[in-house]
Parts: sequence; structure tokens; C-alpha cells
Amino acid sequence: MTTPAVPDETIGARRLHFGDTAFRISLLAAGALVVIVLFSILVIMFNGGKLAFDTFGLGFITGTEWNPVTQIYGALPAITGTIVTAALALLIAWPIGFGIAFFLTEICPDRLRAPLGVAIELLAAVPSIVYGMWGFFVLAPFMSEYVQPWLTQTFIWIPPIGDSFFWFTAPPIGVGLLTASLILAVMILPFIAATTRDVLRSSPQLLKDGAYAMGATRWEALTGAVIPAVRGSLFGAVFLGLGRALGETMAVVFVIGNATRMPDSIMAPSATIASVVANSFPEAEPGTLDLAVLLALGFILFVVSFGVLAIARVFLRQERMS
Amino acid sequence: MKELSPAARARYFRRQLVDRLMGGLCVLAAGIGLVLLGLILWMLFSNGIGGLSLSVFTNSMAQPGAAGGLANAIVGSIIQVGLGAMIGAPLGMMVGVYLSEVGKDSRFASVVRFVNDILLSAPSVLIGLFVYQIAVSPLGGFSGFAGALALALIAMPIVARTTEDILRLVPQAYRDGAVALGSRENEVVRKVVLPAAFGGILTGVLLAVARIAGETAPLLFTSLGNTNWSTDLTQPMASLPIAIYRYAGSPYPEWVALAWTGAMLITVGVLSLNILSRFSHAAISGKQGG
Repeated sequence: MTTPAVPDETIGARRLHFGDTAFRISLLAAGALVVIVLFSILVIMFNGGKLAFDTFGLGFITGTEWNPVTQIYGALPAITGTIVTAALALLIAWPIGFGIAFFLTEICPDRLRAPLGVAIELLAAVPSIVYGMWGFFVLAPFMSEYVQPWLTQTFIWIPPIGDSFFWFTAPPIGVGLLTASLILAVMILPFIAATTRDVLRSSPQLLKDGAYAMGATRWEALTGAVIPAVRGSLFGAVFLGLGRALGETMAVVFVIGNATRMPDSIMAPSATIASVVANSFPEAEPGTLDLAVLLALGFILFVVSFGVLAIARVFLRQERMS
Repeated sequence: MKELSPAARARYFRRQLVDRLMGGLCVLAAGIGLVLLGLILWMLFSNGIGGLSLSVFTNSMAQPGAAGGLANAIVGSIIQVGLGAMIGAPLGMMVGVYLSEVGKDSRFASVVRFVNDILLSAPSVLIGLFVYQIAVSPLGGFSGFAGALALALIAMPIVARTTEDILRLVPQAYRDGAVALGSRENEVVRKVVLPAAFGGILTGVLLAVARIAGETAPLLFTSLGNTNWSTDLTQPMASLPIAIYRYAGSPYPEWVALAWTGAMLITVGVLSLNILSRFSHAAISGKQGG
């Protein structure tokens, strides 16, 4: 083997060229910055919240009492509110979002496809504070006037449901877990629809053609051929929506009622981690336990969101590779 | 059809029925989506248009009873969003270029890509809390600059993602051609790849601006809001979303009316930016294609 006849100094000159080196280093630094930001968020939140973790230990997560006056902080009410609203929102938004996605990819006439797709994406772009206002001034009164009395009357005669487990009885004040879940559902609906549409659209046409050739209906082609092929990505889309619902703040603050106690009804005022952080922040002075508690809550939320979003990305990437 | 047994015929009709039923439900779902968009826009306009007057744009926020406007909030928003985009967009572009042109499928680039995707959807309230800890608490107070910094951190991953996606669409032949002509790596990117992807990158920046213009939660922890006219970046600064938040929860009808007007303005602004970004992309790609 002979080495290629390239003078050594040319290679050296290329490698050490100032412009290229500076170019590479600055780009690498920008890439590193992204990673640094993520780790700084984790470290700063944890350090800031250390006082809360030290004071309450594991009781911070399992404690049900939240009382700024006595300085006793248990995060379970906020954690419960976060999980209930996010889960309920997903339960409402996913079937509708999936329906919209299927409509846009298979049923919709070609001429309407682009404008409807844009409409869904515009719905996703509306700022969350607008959803919050809409929920507060439009949805909450509607809930207290019509939906909540109806739910209470409908379910109260079924004792186990009306009284305890599903908690359908509460004073009809409009704001609370159910209203917050509905607003969250409206907010994550366009995200789920848009992501699911992209997933369905990316599935190979051959799969569908094959299913149709065997006499499948549109629905059978979807459930029998397309969904099995892109199942992972569909999960990814759901988790992406869940991640969004967990961390949403402004829309929730308006309609959840901001009560940091364990909810006794699906319609009771409650709180989520994000809404507690936003709501209690004005009263939290630097260096106090009050602020440390919020940072600790932020840390918990960040870790949970990180997990959910990481799962979403792994699912979504997996399919993109194949 | 004639030769089908009754059982097969029943199955056939059942399959058709399921198909029609599910299709109908999907049409219904799409209808729900459209009705929601319509309801939200209609509520915004019917409540917001009445409060729209010149004083909204010329007067600062004022006590109830006085003729107040949103001028300071609008200007504060423009300053913070502008500065946030000026910091976040170039950084995001650099990350995008790194991922597409330099790092590619290396292990570190995969980590950066993954982390960037996480940041892209991380709760914005936490970005606010983070900036509060690094730029408000240590520096002695809420400031417009801290607000811009928080918005920059939100804009950066959005621009990074769109930049990478667009750069990957630039044909490899462009790069090969430039290298064949003797271009250095940085020249290939600066003079060939980036200009070719300009429209797409601009779209990403516009989308990022639209996103941060409506962000409220991070600003609660950073620029706080201000009822007076202030363009001083070291002092608390008003912004449209914060003004809406404060006014919407107030007991005064004129403040609530201003909140609706503000919400309408911000929604119109954000949606216009979204539509504009589509046109800019289409117009520029169209020009290149022709």
C-alpha cells in the first residue's frame, strides 16, 4: 500500500485553517450550550429546592397539607391535580385528535386538506393565556350553569359513583378539575391531531394499497395495516401531548380554582404543580422556605416532563429510523 | 354479490357499517376542531373589538376610571420578544447547523438533538423559574433583560429544530459542488447551504417569534410586568400577556375589556405571523424552484 501523493503540509494547512476551526468550535459550543442549559435547569432547581427536600424529606411528595402560614408544605394535592387533569385531558383529546388526523389523511377531499390542516395548526398557535381567558369567561360559567348540575343530578342516584369514587358531586362553581381538564384537552387537541397526522401520512402508501387490494375498507386498512406499522410513533404523539398537558400553566391557573388541598370531587377546585408555582410565586421571598418549595416543585415537574418527553422522542425517533 | 352466503353478506354489511360509522365519527372530530377554533376567535373578536380604540395604542396602563391603554405593554412585548429572538434565533441556527452539517450522526450530536427536542416541549413555567434563579435573584431584581433571556431560551430550540430540518433538505450536490470548487467547510455552509435554506430558516424564526410573543408564564418570574411606561431593560417591564393576565382577573369591567382587547391583539398578531411564515416559505421556495 502506498500513501496517496498528497503533500503533508496541505493536509496540515487544511486542518488548522483558522476560519474552519473557529467555525467548528463555535458550532460545537452552541450544541454544547443546549446540553448545558438542560443540566443547569436540573441542578439549579434541585439546589434551590434542597431546603424543601431537607425539611420535609419524602413527606414533601406524600404530604397532603399545604399551609404557608404554618410553613407545612406537602405536594400531593398539586401532584394529584396535575395527574388527574393531564390524564383526563388526554382521555378527551386523544380520540378526537386521532379522528381529526384520520379525517385529514384519508377522508378529507384534497381541496380541503390544506386549509383544514392550517386551521388545526392555527388552533395550536393560539397563546395559552387566551385559552385561559376563554375558559374563565366562557367555559366556566357554562359548566356551572349547565354541565355540573346535570352531572350531579345524573350521577347522584348511583350511590357508589355519585358519592365517592368518581366524585361527581360538588357545588357548581364552574372552576375546578373538570373545567381545567377540558381546557387542557382543547389545548393539546391540535398538537395530538397534527403529530398523529404526520405519523399517519409518513406510513408507506404500499401498506394501504396492499390492504385495499385485499378488499379492506378504509377503517380496516387503518387498523389492520397502518396502525401496526406506526404504533410506536402514535404512542410518541400521545406522550408529546401528555408532556404539554403536564406543564401547561396559564390556561390552568384561570380555571382550576387554585385550592391546594386534596380534591374530594372531580369538579372541586384544585391546583397543579405549574399553577401552584405561578400562583404562589409573588408571595415567595428569595431565601425562604416558600421559594425553596416552589423550586422543589419545579424540579419534580421537570423530572416528570423529562421522562414523558424522553419516552415520546424515543418512540417517535424509532419509527423515523426504520 | 348474488353468490355470497347470508353470513358473508352480513359480515360485508357489518364491515361497511363500521367503516362508515368510524368515518363519520372522524368527520365529527374534525368538525369539533373547527367549531372550537371558530368559537375561540368569535369570542375574542366579539369581546375585544369593542374596546379597540386609539387610546389602547397611545396610553399606558392606568387606574380604573382613567382612560388607560396598553401602549407600555405592547412596546414592552416588542422589546422583549425582539431581544429574545435576537439572542435565541442565532444560537438556534448555530445548533441547527451543527446538527445538520458538522455533528450529523455522531454520538454527541445525537445527545444534542435529543436534549433540544426535550427543551422544545419543556414547560415554559420552568424556564421562567430557572431564569429567575440565574438572572433575577442574583442580579437584584426583575428586569426586561431577564424576560428577554427567558424568551430566548424558549426560541432557541424551536429555531434549532426547524433549521436542522430545513438544512437536511438542501441537496448534497450543492455541498459537493462547493467543495469541488475549493470552498472551505465554513464557506460551504455560509455561502451555499444557508442561502439555499434561507426561506425555511426564516419560517422557523417567525414561528419562534409567534410562540414567544404569547408566552406568559416565563415572564411572571423574570420581567414581572409594569404598569408604567418603561423601556429600561434593567427594570421590570410590561408585556401584553402579563397585562392580559392581571387585567382579566381584576374586578373592574374596563380592565376586563382591555384584557379582551389585548388578547385579541396578541392572537391576531400570533396567527398573522404563523400565516406569514407559511407564505414566506412558499414564496421563497417557489422562487427557487422556478
